[in-house]
Amino acid sequence: MLDLRNYNSVGEALRDALETWPDKLCLIESDRGEEKLRLSYQEFKKVALPLAKAFEDLGIGPGDRLSIIMTNQSKWLISAYAIFFCGATLVPLDFKLKPEEHWQLLKHSNARILITEYGIWRQLAASPGRANATNLKVVLATEAPANADLGGALRWEEARGAPAPAFVPRSKQDVACIVYSSGTGGTPKGCLMTHENYLEQCMSLTAVYPFWPGVKYLSILPTNHAIDFMVGFFGPFTCGAAVVHLRTLRPEYVREAFPKYEITYVSLVPLVLKNLQKGLQARFDALPPAKRRVLEAVRNINRALTRDHPRLWLSRSLLGQVHSAFGGKLEAIIVGGAFTEPQTLQFFYDLGIPVANGYGLTEAGTAVTVNDLKPFRADTVGKPLPGMEVEIRNPDVEGIGEVTVRSKTVMAGYLNEPELTAETIVDGWLRTGDMGRFDSQGHLQLFGRKKNMIVTEEGKNVYAEDVEQVFEGLRAKEFCVFAANYVWPLRSMVNEKLILVIHLEPGQAFTDELKAEIAARNSRLINYKRVHGLVLYHEDFPLTASLKIKRNELAQRLGALEREHSILPI
Amino acid sequence: MRTIEQTTQEILQLATQQFKVPAGSLAPEDDFYKKLGIDSLQALEMLSRLENHFKIELPDYEVQGVNDFKTLAERIQARL
Repeated sequence: MLDLRNYNSVGEALRDALETWPDKLCLIESDRGEEKLRLSYQEFKKVALPLAKAFEDLGIGPGDRLSIIMTNQSKWLISAYAIFFCGATLVPLDFKLKPEEHWQLLKHSNARILITEYGIWRQLAASPGRANATNLKVVLATEAPANADLGGALRWEEARGAPAPAFVPRSKQDVACIVYSSGTGGTPKGCLMTHENYLEQCMSLTAVYPFWPGVKYLSILPTNHAIDFMVGFFGPFTCGAAVVHLRTLRPEYVREAFPKYEITYVSLVPLVLKNLQKGLQARFDALPPAKRRVLEAVRNINRALTRDHPRLWLSRSLLGQVHSAFGGKLEAIIVGGAFTEPQTLQFFYDLGIPVANGYGLTEAGTAVTVNDLKPFRADTVGKPLPGMEVEIRNPDVEGIGEVTVRSKTVMAGYLNEPELTAETIVDGWLRTGDMGRFDSQGHLQLFGRKKNMIVTEEGKNVYAEDVEQVFEGLRAKEFCVFAANYVWPLRSMVNEKLILVIHLEPGQAFTDELKAEIAARNSRLINYKRVHGLVLYHEDFPLTASLKIKRNELAQRLGALEREHSILPI
Repeated sequence: MRTIEQTTQEILQLATQQFKVPAGSLAPEDDFYKKLGIDSLQALEMLSRLENHFKIELPDYEVQGVNDFKTLAERIQARL
């Protein structure tokens, strides 16, 4: 791989990667089982530099912000490369957000150019939020039909300039990306990620899980996801590896891609990992009883022989059919974005498929700890990566306290939020809001959160305050949304749910009509943001002098109630 | 050309078969995540079946945020 200690910026490292491995396979794009694109590093360069020139011609340079809203596809990487080449800052946004949320973040980030897909652009252009993003001057839309109404956008395919532009250097402390970790409903949390953050993170991760030319990384998470940006773009590129993009997360195509491309690594969120587990288990259950017993016996042998560390060659021999379904070259499944249940991790490890589970957050530059598989531990999130200092603050008698992180990978702060930044990074230590402790082997174990938020199995951070907007105007005296585990800590990070707490007007009955209204409002939220229970609270909410709800105090009062009997279904 | 009512009924029928729920238990306004107890990947699997049935292609983002059969039927109808 490139020696990233010698580089100052993401763009500089990417530029040299393209020069270092010109003939190596760089990128494959597959859509519904059909290969649409295959590029070597040299070919990637030929596509990306004219776009960088077009940006230069549009006056883009250091400090300018360009946003990408795209599904998981090759033009994401090509566009990102061109942005970094010009010394500009990338604002990656989740394509799954609603148009009004996109506009809110485009405004907040002050993006000058938006790069998106025609289908997404049609929805954005029809949204009233467009008028707010006044700094947005140019929209580049890909894949628009020949006679399409572009709604003021330019075609991405025609944004080409020549000759190649001059590379714009950046320093390590300059902002490479503004990554929104949450906050479309409340305060947008735009993490300012520096070039140094990414360079350091890449060195840390590849020290434990190396890439090399010939590796094929399967990218199914969109690249706006911090994990995919690192292990599905920057990491493989700086090692001369290849990225295989699937444009859909549909399970049938994910399963097909492993053997078709002989995948080496893949990153998944727990939801997808569990889906794979379910598919495998269904196949095992369908086996005749005798074969099932043989499988169980072989699995037990594999478990015993890989107790101290993985032996891939052995597992591939013992469990050949299972490994063939994964292409026979899989080194590890990287799982992150949310907490994964130990039994799911163990299921794969017992089949000889190492699962590299870890712990991280955008603010810390993606991964903080990762399981090094020496030995595999399903019950922890692994050890700190090289270069990460992790401390437990204010531990209780069991040693559980807040996880804090100090590292060159920690963000510079939140965009336009100095107070929030000062609360989050104290004396150089990032306060994660997650509760954990180290065991005697130096593995981190997690036990819930201090923050009023949940992380879904899809790896989505949902802050309780962000979903309250949909209940504005509800016929009740007052209401508030909480993460159930914030009110009643369970020392668990699975099955996290949001609850709606309402206090009715004096004499107001909780009618079926009101219940239906709550359900209807809730269904307006995207599925992973919905509240899953309701608490009827019969006292006034504690308020500040400016009539804001004192959330901590209310949570404490609610916590005195019995959890099981207090939460009603919605 | 199917009417929107026909499209909706065919979707309900396919979902009934796929998720093995009692016939007639699904209605157009139902939130399929809640009613079928499915996650987003299972919803995508349902979408693949619907695409095969209607012989159309629906990009994932087109159905992002769609929770009920009625809206899903409208999205499919627009592509027939």
